[in-house]
Amino acid sequence: MTIRILAIDDSPTIRALVAKALRGAGFEVVLASDGVSGIESLQEAQPDLIITDINMPRMDGFRVIETVRADDRYSDVPILVLTTESGADLKARARRAGATAWIVKPFKDARLIAIINRVLGR
Amino acid sequence: MAEMDEIQEMFFDECGELLEGLANGLRQMDQPGYDKETVHAVFRAVHSIKGGAAAFGLNDLVTFAHRFETVLDLLRSDRLEADPALMSIMHRSSDCLADLVTAARQSSEPDHAQREALLTELDRIMADGGDDDAIEFTPMVIDIGALDGEDPQPGLAGQAGFNIHFIPDGDLYRSGNEPAALFLALAKLGEAEIRVDSDFVPPLSDWSEDQPQLRWTIVLHTDCPADEIAEIFEFVEDCCELHVTPLTAEPDGPPEPDEISDSAPGDIPEPAQINPPEPAQTDSAKPSRPAAPGGDSGATIRVSLARVDRLMNMIGELVIKEAMLAQVIQTAGMSEDPDVLAGLDAIGQLAGDIQESVMAIRAQPLKLVFQRMHRIVREAADATGKQVSLITVGEETEVDKTMIERLIDPLTHMIRNSVDHGLEDGETRQARGKPAEGRITLSAAHRSGRVQIEVSDDGGGINRPKVREIAEERGLIAPGASLNPAEIDQLLFMPGFSSKTEVSALSGRGVGLDVVRREIMDLGGRVMIHSEIGQGTTFSIALPLTLAVLEGMLIQLCGETMVLPINAVQETMRANPSILHGVGQDGRLLSNRGDLIPIIDLAGEFGLRDSPATIEGGVLIVIEADNQKRSALLVDGIIDQRQVVIKSLEENYGHVPGVSAATILGDGKIALIIDPEEVVRTSSGDHDRAVPAAAAQG
Amino acid sequence: MLQSMSHNTVGKSDVVAFKLAEQDFCIDIGLVREIRGWSPTTTLPHAPDYVKGVINLRGSVVTVVDLSARLGFGATTPSQRHVVIIAMHEERVVGLLADLVSDIVTVNDGSIQPVPDIALTHAREFITGMITFDDGQILRKIDLSQVLPIAREETA
Repeated sequence: MTIRILAIDDSPTIRALVAKALRGAGFEVVLASDGVSGIESLQEAQPDLIITDINMPRMDGFRVIETVRADDRYSDVPILVLTTESGADLKARARRAGATAWIVKPFKDARLIAIINRVLGR
Repeated sequence: MAEMDEIQEMFFDECGELLEGLANGLRQMDQPGYDKETVHAVFRAVHSIKGGAAAFGLNDLVTFAHRFETVLDLLRSDRLEADPALMSIMHRSSDCLADLVTAARQSSEPDHAQREALLTELDRIMADGGDDDAIEFTPMVIDIGALDGEDPQPGLAGQAGFNIHFIPDGDLYRSGNEPAALFLALAKLGEAEIRVDSDFVPPLSDWSEDQPQLRWTIVLHTDCPADEIAEIFEFVEDCCELHVTPLTAEPDGPPEPDEISDSAPGDIPEPAQINPPEPAQTDSAKPSRPAAPGGDSGATIRVSLARVDRLMNMIGELVIKEAMLAQVIQTAGMSEDPDVLAGLDAIGQLAGDIQESVMAIRAQPLKLVFQRMHRIVREAADATGKQVSLITVGEETEVDKTMIERLIDPLTHMIRNSVDHGLEDGETRQARGKPAEGRITLSAAHRSGRVQIEVSDDGGGINRPKVREIAEERGLIAPGASLNPAEIDQLLFMPGFSSKTEVSALSGRGVGLDVVRREIMDLGGRVMIHSEIGQGTTFSIALPLTLAVLEGMLIQLCGETMVLPINAVQETMRANPSILHGVGQDGRLLSNRGDLIPIIDLAGEFGLRDSPATIEGGVLIVIEADNQKRSALLVDGIIDQRQVVIKSLEENYGHVPGVSAATILGDGKIALIIDPEEVVRTSSGDHDRAVPAAAAQG
Repeated sequence: MLQSMSHNTVGKSDVVAFKLAEQDFCIDIGLVREIRGWSPTTTLPHAPDYVKGVINLRGSVVTVVDLSARLGFGATTPSQRHVVIIAMHEERVVGLLADLVSDIVTVNDGSIQPVPDIALTHAREFITGMITFDDGQILRKIDLSQVLPIAREETA
């Protein structure tokens, strides 16, 4: 079965880079340009994994994570934070909100894929 | 790596938008009591540029953006105040960031001196801001070897490895992590023996979902260093108890805390204890709430211009077919049928609506151009030592996308010209009872199917005696020529005219207002000046809504229909013998308002007939071409005036002298669009260039 | 439709055969977009005399070349019976005015012979080869890149 990943980032560049990496590894990719549209696309996308940025307009990554976790249907979906931030307090906050893993931008395709495979238990 | 190049191109496009938002946000921050969200938006813009730049290894950009962002972070956490001095540095940093993006895009060398100076300033601010915890930033992550590369050697008995005790708490499960997934990752590092310890599982009656009680011991035989294990648990280390000990030390002994065990000490896991302490909340971690006003727009998609043009072509064809169908119906004698008429009418209406909608796709707000002008004003003000403020009005006015790009140069020059020549210096202004700060207003509006852009200053107005003197000095006009004020103002557009004797560092780059005028003419527009002594000067540009459509005068010439751009036409008249004068053998001149205007036989120019036409009975169209030179085109008749869709002639054929493009008429036939400038340039009437050019009416 | 038939079998190709000044010519079918009846053109100023002008082809401006004039057989006075072969060379679209289109013929690549030195003088530079048939018919294959109009060729 194809694994579908929802990637939320306000930067079209990062979206393109993430999509390239994921599609290259055989994942199906759904993209959203901010937290609100990311949450809105959950229903249709039914992702197996979510990748989200932290700093975004409309709804930031923390709230994305909280909102996803608060929904019974998606509370088990792994959420990967992909951000330029690497402060310990932010990481802790994301984890408390329910983030599964944290990757610092810029990322290497191989590392991103490795971490995805890890959290998916592949 | 074509895809990477494409994404990088996309990144630069995105930078353009981010830089625009950045400059915009900083301007809002110049005002006291600005919205706090503006700082977040500004921060995000710089942050996104940094993130993208790092992905493409654009190190100059990353370094600068990082320090810029650090200062912005101090601003958003209220550790710094947005006073004018700081804002000035922020504006300059924003300009510098824009330069670095441009340099990266063109793979050219940025201005190092400028950047170094700003970096020093930013560092000073950081130090002043008591910044002991600037944003932590890791430029490049660790290269992952074993995880995605070669298969690690299966561990052998007695070989090095680790003993791992792992007690996850509820948060680990709640964060979407799964112990099994972690074990699988561990198993990829070597040979893993995993044992579950269920001794701590309470009786079912005491079972709590929130407090998982399973514990695991993993014996991992591997050559990998401890960091790789740490990396697997990196993000979950705070929501589990983890002890990693080298196998050789004490294979089965009790877990001892070591450098990579960072959970709470103690063997009995009490979730309350294991939970990490609440980290001190800093404002920098505060989530940014709703977006800045005007910060984001509706959803958009990127479509290539070629596709839109193709759609535009097809719609043009639809409009023509519709006209042809109407004609067929009329010929068939069915035009009386009300149903047929209503149907035709509806199709016509629809086709028109579609055409308009497609044109709207190509349209973009002038905002992009206008916002660039703030920087131009800032730089021009610095260079001249004047205080200048720029007010923009009607940024949302939309024009054709291709036109937007081509407006940047002429507007830049006009703005510089206004700062340099239009505004007086501070002292003079105060002496005249004006505020020391000069004001330039850049406005745009749609006016009767055209776009009107105005650049006005509140300076001293055009010094007409001085302009006249210079024009005479340079031989642009005959000494003592009789010119009204408007005609004198027009002299500013003449090639080689510069109102300052010394070449100014700012405007004197060998570019005059004549070039501005040419650029605007090329866009199918025209420039007018209005100036009042002591009050200021206004340059008005009138542009067509789109480059794809041209307002044309349909003329008849030797049985062919041709189109003359209306923006070149000054007036039309019957070729009455009383206004004509012969010169030499076959040269003829038209006498018009005291000027003698050369007549160009268009049919002869185009080689459509051999013998010179009899002027009498024809129609003369007075056009204003290059250098304000007026000429009269002789044509057989004028048919109509209407908007025509421009079609390239060069695509399938090549350049035709005196013709700029073609269009398709209602009957499906092609009509050529005349290039008046080129007709005048190549016409035999060229020899009277020495005749002082009389300024044209505005 | 048409262009997909260009090479149906190895060593064979399809050509569109047409008549011009009582002689038989042909052009590779892969280059042909469509064949239209003659319609009046708009004259191009300063154009070479073999350029009849331009026509509107579904919103594009397409130049029509009078092949007869181009090959030195004299100018055609076009009528309703004449045809315009719309062909594409690289990205350029051009209309070729001819007397009539006679057939679509499959030719063996081996039957294409070089142009004899003595034949056709002026027209030679526009012909890439001669195709002979058993019944004695000869098809002259047009080199499209050579017949394309060059803007301002004679005015530059």
